[in-house]
Amino acid sequence: MSDLTKLTLKGAVDGLKAKAFTSAEITQAFLTNIAASNPTLNAYVEVTADKALEMAKASDARLAAGQGGALEGAPLGIKDLFCTDGVQTTAGSNMLRGFVPPYESTVTANLWRDGAVMLGKLNMDEFAMGSSNETSAFGPVKNPWKSKASNAELTPGGSSGGSASAVAADLCLAATASDTGGSIRQPAAFTGTVGIKPTYGRASRFGMVAFASSLDQAGPITKTVEDAALLLKSMCSFDPKDSTSLDVETPDWTASVGQSVKGLRIGVPREYVVDGMPAEIQALWDQGVEWLKAAGCEIVDISLPHTKYALPTYYIVAPAEASSNLARYDGMRFGHRAAEAKSLTDLYETSRAEGFGKEVQRRLTIGAYVLSSAGFYDAYYVRALKVRRRIAEDFDKVWGQVDAILTPSTPSAAFALGDKQIDPVTMYLNDVFTVTANLAGLPGLSVPAGVDSGGLPLGLQVIGKALDEATVFRVGKALEDAAGFAAKPETWW
Amino acid sequence: MAIDAATVRKVAHLARIKTPEDRLEPLAQELNGIMQWIEQLNEVDVDGVEPMTSNVAQPLRLRDDVVTDGGKIADVLSNAPKSADGFFVVPKVVE
Repeated sequence: MSDLTKLTLKGAVDGLKAKAFTSAEITQAFLTNIAASNPTLNAYVEVTADKALEMAKASDARLAAGQGGALEGAPLGIKDLFCTDGVQTTAGSNMLRGFVPPYESTVTANLWRDGAVMLGKLNMDEFAMGSSNETSAFGPVKNPWKSKASNAELTPGGSSGGSASAVAADLCLAATASDTGGSIRQPAAFTGTVGIKPTYGRASRFGMVAFASSLDQAGPITKTVEDAALLLKSMCSFDPKDSTSLDVETPDWTASVGQSVKGLRIGVPREYVVDGMPAEIQALWDQGVEWLKAAGCEIVDISLPHTKYALPTYYIVAPAEASSNLARYDGMRFGHRAAEAKSLTDLYETSRAEGFGKEVQRRLTIGAYVLSSAGFYDAYYVRALKVRRRIAEDFDKVWGQVDAILTPSTPSAAFALGDKQIDPVTMYLNDVFTVTANLAGLPGLSVPAGVDSGGLPLGLQVIGKALDEATVFRVGKALEDAAGFAAKPETWW
Repeated sequence: MAIDAATVRKVAHLARIKTPEDRLEPLAQELNGIMQWIEQLNEVDVDGVEPMTSNVAQPLRLRDDVVTDGGKIADVLSNAPKSADGFFVVPKVVE
């Protein structure tokens, strides 16, 4: 039965409906894989085996009765950022070690409504702050991929590194993830998987541990573009419990996957050519352009002039929002409380120093700094919000000429664990191509499109208009078909 | 606008993160590196630009001011570091 874990989400859902196998069988197959692989890959922080088998049994009963939802019986992994009723939710932090939510996030509630099975909670950078999974209090996740040129263990990217690694190593059919500056798309690119961040407001943030609320958005990491369309549809919904949830219909995006891209106008932004970008990334991008041309797209040279300011803008806006959001961790009502303190202030300060890791402390300090006086507030925070509008306006101006935009997903392939920990800014540059979509609230999809000279996967990104995931999926599928990416990591773990 | 150890001490206190004295100088250096990189935002002409606080093109919704949930004392206290008799227990503070 081991080959059940190699199925796509769509293939598994169809197989379950056709009674080719049971949910209990495929769930057990994944649990067996996880037991063998997780001690090395560290993708799951908690495996909920009993719950998974119980959910699978209930799904099998529904399937046997000819019932069941769109994901009935399909075993998924859940990023440990989503609150799960009765199951520990830590956001990768010691601050929340032992935190067991008495409620369910809207995104995961939607998945269980549609019949999905939860295998466990997936590792991530602490509070989603990181690009390599090395800030997790549970230790880094390892990428199942290794370069032919070296035996070094590689990062799966971050912050959704557990999600990406688990999907790439067949430790779940697909996974939930979240993206504040690139945390879905960068790990997807590093692991040869597909990841989409939808339009801001499509997926509810209720029950998703907050990092930077004007940027945070949930989305899936999957094996194929079709799977991403299927899982995203389940995850999204209008939710009165999230004040920024969009009151719009969630379309059936699977219907868009495979539709012709003939006549679509694809923008290629010249500002996305960055200094020091490897020739292989440029070559892949050029190849992507050729593939879309061959599929009948019209290629349009466009300019997004404020692109270079997106990352510095992000590193004001996100820490400022985080410093406000994470003020709730005061050691009083939930989360870590220091054992001893001399005063109330000392108790707050000690609890937070003990509970938060280094990168979270760094970002909270930046956030407090840029908001720390009226002068700084205007000079840094308000200025960043104005530049953010400039970045969003860049996109608004090109939507008259193009239907979607093609860029590389990341400026490099996966790097070795430990490689970029010395200088924070070097680490932040990972998100150079992805962060603009967060600032502007646009959908962005990463599709595996090739490999570098070491055989490591590389991704292409499709950015679309707000609420136009349909076009993004069409273009993504065209790239997926043209690339025919079929490489899998060789098992070493 | 270089950040020194005294500024880090002040900001760390604002963020309520206890920071040992020997960490102040290294943190100041890190923050200077990050803030110098951020300074490039000063190049952008933002005259007359409205600050962008939200991505959402719809106005915030209003709802009726009615109770829709509640009475879940056990749930609310279930993750408290310490609780008793339906209350959070916090350390005695006399200042």
